[in-house]
Amino acid sequence: MVTAANAAARMIGLHTGMAVSQAQALVPDLLILDAEPQSDRDGLERLAVWSLRRYAPIIAVDPPDGLMLDITGAAHVHGGIMGLLKDIVQRLAEVETVGRAVCAPAYGAAHALARYGPEPLRVIDPLDLEEAIADLPLVALRLDQAIVRSLSQLGLETIADLEAMPRASLALRFGSMPGLRLDQAYGRVAEPFEPVAAPQTIEVERRFAEPIGAPETLARYTHKLVDGLCQQLEEAGVGARRLDLRFHRVDNRVEAIRAGLAKPSRDRKQMGRLLCDRIETVDPGFGVEKMVLSAPQVEPLGLRTISHLGETPMPDVAMLVDILGNRVGEERLYRVAARESDIPERSVTRIPPMADPTLLRWPERWPRPARLFKRPEPIDTMALLPDHPPVHFVWRGMRRKVKRADGPERIYGEWHVSDEEWLSVRDYFLVEDETGARYWVFRQGDGMDSATGGQGWFLHGLFA
Amino acid sequence: MMERGARPRVAALRAQIAEIEGTERRRKEVLPFGLEMVDAKLPGGGLALGALHEVAGGAQGVTDGAAAALFTAGILARVSGSILWCMTEPDLFAPAIAQAGLDPDRVIYVEARDETAVLACFEEGLRHGGLGGVVAELARLSMTSSRRLQLAAESSGTIGIAIRRWRRLAEASDFGQPTAAATRWRVTAVPSDPLPVPGVGRHRWFVELIRCRAGESADFLVEACDATGRLALPADLADGSAASQAWAERAAS
Repeated sequence: MVTAANAAARMIGLHTGMAVSQAQALVPDLLILDAEPQSDRDGLERLAVWSLRRYAPIIAVDPPDGLMLDITGAAHVHGGIMGLLKDIVQRLAEVETVGRAVCAPAYGAAHALARYGPEPLRVIDPLDLEEAIADLPLVALRLDQAIVRSLSQLGLETIADLEAMPRASLALRFGSMPGLRLDQAYGRVAEPFEPVAAPQTIEVERRFAEPIGAPETLARYTHKLVDGLCQQLEEAGVGARRLDLRFHRVDNRVEAIRAGLAKPSRDRKQMGRLLCDRIETVDPGFGVEKMVLSAPQVEPLGLRTISHLGETPMPDVAMLVDILGNRVGEERLYRVAARESDIPERSVTRIPPMADPTLLRWPERWPRPARLFKRPEPIDTMALLPDHPPVHFVWRGMRRKVKRADGPERIYGEWHVSDEEWLSVRDYFLVEDETGARYWVFRQGDGMDSATGGQGWFLHGLFA
Repeated sequence: MMERGARPRVAALRAQIAEIEGTERRRKEVLPFGLEMVDAKLPGGGLALGALHEVAGGAQGVTDGAAAALFTAGILARVSGSILWCMTEPDLFAPAIAQAGLDPDRVIYVEARDETAVLACFEEGLRHGGLGGVVAELARLSMTSSRRLQLAAESSGTIGIAIRRWRRLAEASDFGQPTAAATRWRVTAVPSDPLPVPGVGRHRWFVELIRCRAGESADFLVEACDATGRLALPADLADGSAASQAWAERAAS
């Protein structure tokens, strides 16, 4: 039986589930490889461990072809849920694997939509859940083939059809499975799963005889776990780059906090602070019976020089970067570096806050405005062509008379970036109005040849 | 300082008041502007480090805060250490900040979602103590939060500058409300140095010191900061100052 077929095979009509002899009859020189379920499974587990380091603290393997990620509290690191899904699919594509990723409020729904949904990337809002899964076929529900077949004989094709059936008669005839799977898809019952544990991960855990729930208590034990973890990190000679704190609740659910560090560290105070900052986001439910703190990503820690000369060391800025990054999101914390481009908006780029010092600087000769608009704003002007600044212009409903001006500074389009910029030109002027306000305006085009631009005027920035 | 020599009694009283206030735990360090005219108006002869300062733009600058941002960058160019710049609207153009003398490698930007988050980052940065200075672009600054910021700045000795900028001109009346900031400035762009040829001369600002704790308000007409973040006297007011000569050389080359 064919257990998997690549894109080329599917193009010529082969599909999973057909007999090998039939496939061979269709394509005489077909390349057939024996299925290796065990090594597939191993590969999936390796992928799960890798994802554990990168994406989320709780991940379960869902054989034969799926991974389950609980991304609660972990998505902001990748720029939101959609960013995280895109990142997963993109990274899979880099190793020539086609992936589909869906985020839904219930695991059953996410499972179904990822495999049978219309879009390969999707985030489902809790309110849209019912609508999103209504039209999916019954096979999406993880039911036995036999059950699906007999249900379809009854004329039930989609999840909505099954949902409309009375539960009691359904259970009488098909057992409890259909009802359970439905509830799991709609998120009405919790679904326990076995998260993978990364091998060789440094972790410490603490079980409680009585479940705990008060934030202060959680914080106290967090500090104790951090102490234990730091000791282990010290023995291993490494520093943590990422911390996962998992709270196992009495009702079998797991809440988690993930924190990232800009530099490998085993500073107890810093780690304790990072984790405790977020404890209020954890819902302890009826109580937490086990806490596990692990460091899924570690790096060798550089040696530190200790000064005995009595000078007080300056606090490390990397620590502050971590605290702020965990609060507002890592992607919202950045430095700005120069790039080799004359186009103003392309001459700047964002780099991580703790990146190495850059060498490139912007040229100092040309004055640049303190505020640059994301999109240049069109202005009405009166100007002599081809190379005079405007005499006056109207911006945001106000007419401004130009008293003095500098320019033009001609900036050519970058033909190597896009074909449309082959000939394009912008002439920038620094103009000053009667009140002393200074503006950066430009004309699209050189003022003579329409191939160089539309000759319209724009305001691009404000000088001080 | 001349003032102090002339009125020793006043100086003694001031010291006594400072002792009662309890803010004199560490020796107050100041950052002079390098302009006698400005520094003479500031207690201690310069802008106090370890304190909160407010800067707003005037006229159109109320909404864009362009001059206020450059004025701030010029101040921070002259302190050492990393700078944290908190904002909600990422429209600051880094090359201009570099031209005011603040190296881009020194500035870490935080783009917060809202003003509450900006305030939180501002305070966190001031409390940290390892930074050279912290800047936040804010519309609202209540007495309570400014006092928190001022205490945070005092505890670490880091200078904090709040750039006040509002969405609409009308909202700028908020700038009249009292805060715990040590000084309050308004920087307005005014017509540039007149040149004998067509063109825009060296940018000029009208800088108002609206409020100054233990000092008097004043206003100055200055030339915008140069590549080292220093303000200068306009050439026609102070003939032959080094800065204006440098400017003339640059214009001639």
